[in-house]
Amino acid sequence: MTAPVIQVAHAAVGYDGRAVLRDVSLTVTAGEVVAVLGANGSGKSTLIRAVLGLVPLGAGSVTLFGTPQRRFRQWHRIGYVPQRLGAGSGVPATVGEVVASGRLARRGVLRPSGRADREAVASALRAVGLADRAGDPVATLSGGQQQRTLIARALAGRPELLVLDEPTAGVDAASQEAFAGALRDFRDGGGTVLLVAHELGPLRPLIGRAVVVHQGGICHDGAVPEPAGHHAEPGHDHVHPHCDEEPAGLWSM
Amino acid sequence: MDLFQYDFMLRALVGALVIGLAAPALGIYLVQRRLALIGDGIGHVALTGVGAGLLLNRSPVLVAVIAATLGAIVIELVRSRGRTSGDLALALLFYGGIAGGVMLVGLSDAGSGKLNAYLFGSLTTTSPADLITILVLGVAILVTMLALRPALFAVCHDEEYARVSGLPVRALNLLLAVGTAVTVTIAMRAVGVLLISALMVVPVAAAQQVTRGFRATMAAAMALGLFAAGAGVWVAATADTAPGASVVLLAIGSFLVVALLAAGWRALRRRTRPVAVPVVEPPEHEVVLR
Repeated sequence: MTAPVIQVAHAAVGYDGRAVLRDVSLTVTAGEVVAVLGANGSGKSTLIRAVLGLVPLGAGSVTLFGTPQRRFRQWHRIGYVPQRLGAGSGVPATVGEVVASGRLARRGVLRPSGRADREAVASALRAVGLADRAGDPVATLSGGQQQRTLIARALAGRPELLVLDEPTAGVDAASQEAFAGALRDFRDGGGTVLLVAHELGPLRPLIGRAVVVHQGGICHDGAVPEPAGHHAEPGHDHVHPHCDEEPAGLWSM
Repeated sequence: MDLFQYDFMLRALVGALVIGLAAPALGIYLVQRRLALIGDGIGHVALTGVGAGLLLNRSPVLVAVIAATLGAIVIELVRSRGRTSGDLALALLFYGGIAGGVMLVGLSDAGSGKLNAYLFGSLTTTSPADLITILVLGVAILVTMLALRPALFAVCHDEEYARVSGLPVRALNLLLAVGTAVTVTIAMRAVGVLLISALMVVPVAAAQQVTRGFRATMAAAMALGLFAAGAGVWVAATADTAPGASVVLLAIGSFLVVALLAAGWRALRRRTRPVAVPVVEPPEHEVVLR
């Protein structure tokens, strides 16, 4: 259980010449549950976006499951849970349809959905407690239920690594509990987790290690700091504006 | 009197039906990305292709397919690379497209009637060669949009997630852009470049008034598109109206009917039944995921 799943070495990321991450190094080994903590704008979301290749590295390297990220193709081994569902598209989609997207990494673009896909979608929905909502439009769900839909989408691909961006931000207590339960099952099944959080809440007992990002660098890597700690404090000063915005384009959502 | 005993009427009808199915099948992805008006822009570019085709004495439909495809690729590249200038670049492309089209059609010997036929559609101008182009390309669009539905849905619904899933996002985006160009050009015959976007968007807008999921919306939109195209051509033939206008007005009419019916149905349900309170069941964790 010590093979490195994620290796970030001396990574730097900048937007428009403004440095967001500087010389960041981080290793996550199989079976670990690592929380990335920090204030808004500290660069913690940028860190996991860089790990996933959603923002380009200015310097340094990222290695996923022993393969340099640039050449990494086994995306089915990773389940990504974004901060929230895209701004809401014009066309309705059911919970089941959104979760079924999670099978594409495994199935590929051309193969039609089969029985294994349907079973994986159903079990992912059960894991987050939404089995009875599969046929409902996503737009009719509460924020917490939508967040659970996104984690079900990631689980449906049966990944080995879950990467979550602020999964509990603005989520009701029932959903936070359901969420913590799904994450615990995932960890107990041997999964590795990297999650970004502003505050841990019910996830706290699950976290094995915390990494605190402050002003673009890692200032703590080890035990989960006390909530009163300077950098993990929920109301910590917002030093920079949020830095995970992509240029909005015509064909993008 | 049976108007469809004439070959050209039959060709117009078959072409319109294929387009009625294909346009909403592609348009649903555009609506999902909030790009409902992109078809209009590409239609403008296609008009330059029509002008060039008329001037060079080549098949206007084929030249328009090429021009619109190039335009769509440029738009997609501007979108994925460009930042603030994207908006202006698109505006230049659109206005350049329609101005170029009007000028080139004017330079060719074709009169303003010909220009009108391309702008607003015409029943009498679908040649057998045009019909073959429409059939081949229309069926290709239809098959692609249906076969790649899960992947295209994923890309249009959440592009970043699709990228982390390892989907060929750029290729799928280009496919959608090229598909839009092809649909616009083949629909030019039935509804004209200025109204084609309506056939891609309005059936989807109507369908989603009553549907709950993406798949159901797609099926309903294709059914409505088929109806509007078929009935529109029939109205145009019997009442001697412009086919494009007839098809689009029928599509908008069906949107209104569906919206009113859906509103009435919701009001009726509210009155007869108390609002169901969603029961939140405690989560079960019997499944071990690895």
